[in-house]
Amino acid sequence: MSGAGHKPDPGNATGGQWPAGTEAAFSMRGTLLRKNLMTALLLAPATLWLVVFLVLPFVAIAIFSVGERAPEGGYQAAFTLAQYANLPARATAFWNTMVLAPVGAFACLLVAYPVAYYLALRAPERWRLILLALVVIPFWTSLLMRTYAWMYVLGGRGIPALLAYVGIEDVRLINTPGAVLLGIVYGYLPLMILPIYVSLERLDRRLLEASADLGATPLSTFLGVTLRLSLPGVMTGFSLVMILLLGEYLIPTLLGGGKVFFIGNALVDLFLQSRNWPFGSAIAITLVLVSVVVLIAANRISARLSGARRVDLI
Amino acid sequence: MRAFVVAVFAFLYLPIALVVLFSFNAGHHASEFTGFSTQWYGKALSNPFLVEALKNSLFIATTSALLAAVAGTAAALGLQRVGARTRAVFDGLLGAAIVVPGVVIGISTLVALVQLFGVVNPFLAELWPGDQPPRLALGYGSIIAAHGLFSMALVAMIVGTRLGSLDRNLVEASSDLYATPLTTFRSIVLPQIMPAVIAGFLLAFTFSFDDFIIAFFVAGAQTTLPIYVFASIRRGVTPEINAVATIVLVASVLLVVLAQWQLRRRKQ
Repeated sequence: MSGAGHKPDPGNATGGQWPAGTEAAFSMRGTLLRKNLMTALLLAPATLWLVVFLVLPFVAIAIFSVGERAPEGGYQAAFTLAQYANLPARATAFWNTMVLAPVGAFACLLVAYPVAYYLALRAPERWRLILLALVVIPFWTSLLMRTYAWMYVLGGRGIPALLAYVGIEDVRLINTPGAVLLGIVYGYLPLMILPIYVSLERLDRRLLEASADLGATPLSTFLGVTLRLSLPGVMTGFSLVMILLLGEYLIPTLLGGGKVFFIGNALVDLFLQSRNWPFGSAIAITLVLVSVVVLIAANRISARLSGARRVDLI
Repeated sequence: MRAFVVAVFAFLYLPIALVVLFSFNAGHHASEFTGFSTQWYGKALSNPFLVEALKNSLFIATTSALLAAVAGTAAALGLQRVGARTRAVFDGLLGAAIVVPGVVIGISTLVALVQLFGVVNPFLAELWPGDQPPRLALGYGSIIAAHGLFSMALVAMIVGTRLGSLDRNLVEASSDLYATPLTTFRSIVLPQIMPAVIAGFLLAFTFSFDDFIIAFFVAGAQTTLPIYVFASIRRGVTPEINAVATIVLVASVLLVVLAQWQLRRRKQ
């Protein structure tokens, strides 16, 4: 990033009155600066983007969060912690999110782990890539459309209609916390499977054999070797799913039918409907802080168990 | 365990299959399939609001993915040339761009842009020679920029991974044979990272085309396909939406399969 504005004029070096070697030194310096300039140019668009659309917006909501609401909505400059003191006004949204996000992530984990285990250690070689692709595809298809599919299945003409057909009347599935939980597991399952799969796939199989040879039962091999060594993947998946769930809006809105409010719902309300931006900003900052705590905790746990691993999203 | 895995795959795909099936339903009702028909596709494609939203989404997704592919690739190449500390800062910011929930990206971009426009617009009005000064407002530009943030970080990550596994011997051999850096880049580096760039572009396109929550905040008066579909869904489930959903799902699946194929190609 440095050196863009300090390009020397190598022409200065010619003229004979300079000590020997100066010319060479200057031309080397010129090459070095040209290299730096090139690096700066390569990084410039990304830097601009990150600063203008990530860092500055974050600074903006941080400033808003200590401001006041203008009478007509929007923002009035101030320095007050009143917005943060007001957080309990949205206690229901916080409560729902803080309960359903970890519960949802854990439910996701329970379903995801056996699938990842099968894909990594048990699936026939020629099936593995196909099955893996079948996991990745839903991750990259519209969450809106996939959640819509469940509105369809759980709605009055889906499973309840089928149940009524066999004589079980008046079953209510949609617009319940259970429906939201189901939507969460459905929506985020691929994101949970992938990192666990990656950590299981890198597992040294000889450890499993060694464990069996040393007389460990399959269960204690699983608990002592497999599960333990795949924990970094588990932590990555759990924290990613948990963080994305903290900001979830579509699933509670479409499957909770306005009865299950998440922080995401509170934010949409505060920014787009009641236009209380400072209070909304305070909620958003709190959300980010909770996310950071989740990430740090997950990283600590992974690092303690073994080296942290990167996730490939594809 | 195999039975459980089969059940999970059924769980993943049956609801989608149901949506696709009923998009071809001749009847109106969601509970009974009364015959094959493509009438709902015709209805959907003759709905001017829907077609407008679709065009907007295609334009936004193409533009943001192109910008992200260029900026993300450049960033990945640039990060190969910097020290560990600079690299860590960039990696942190790029990681944040991917991990921060869309709802936070949406509102913070909204707040920052509204403030920025509030400062810039009076200036523009002052400086503009004509009667009708341009006014910056939320719309295509803000959606493209906000989607581009995530997409650029994604491309930088995918291309960066590929650069990490680049065959250094070829690069060294090339410069030993007196190829200029540009020639080396064009004939050695670019062909090797191209599949990753293409995959990044396709995934960026898919992300932008599918995103609802970020666009919801920064769209201003514009409508994208997910925003239109969301508004319709809240009014109720209709076969017309099934038809749209089917089109979107098929398009996403094709793009993702194409992206995966690009990434796996020449991986050896």
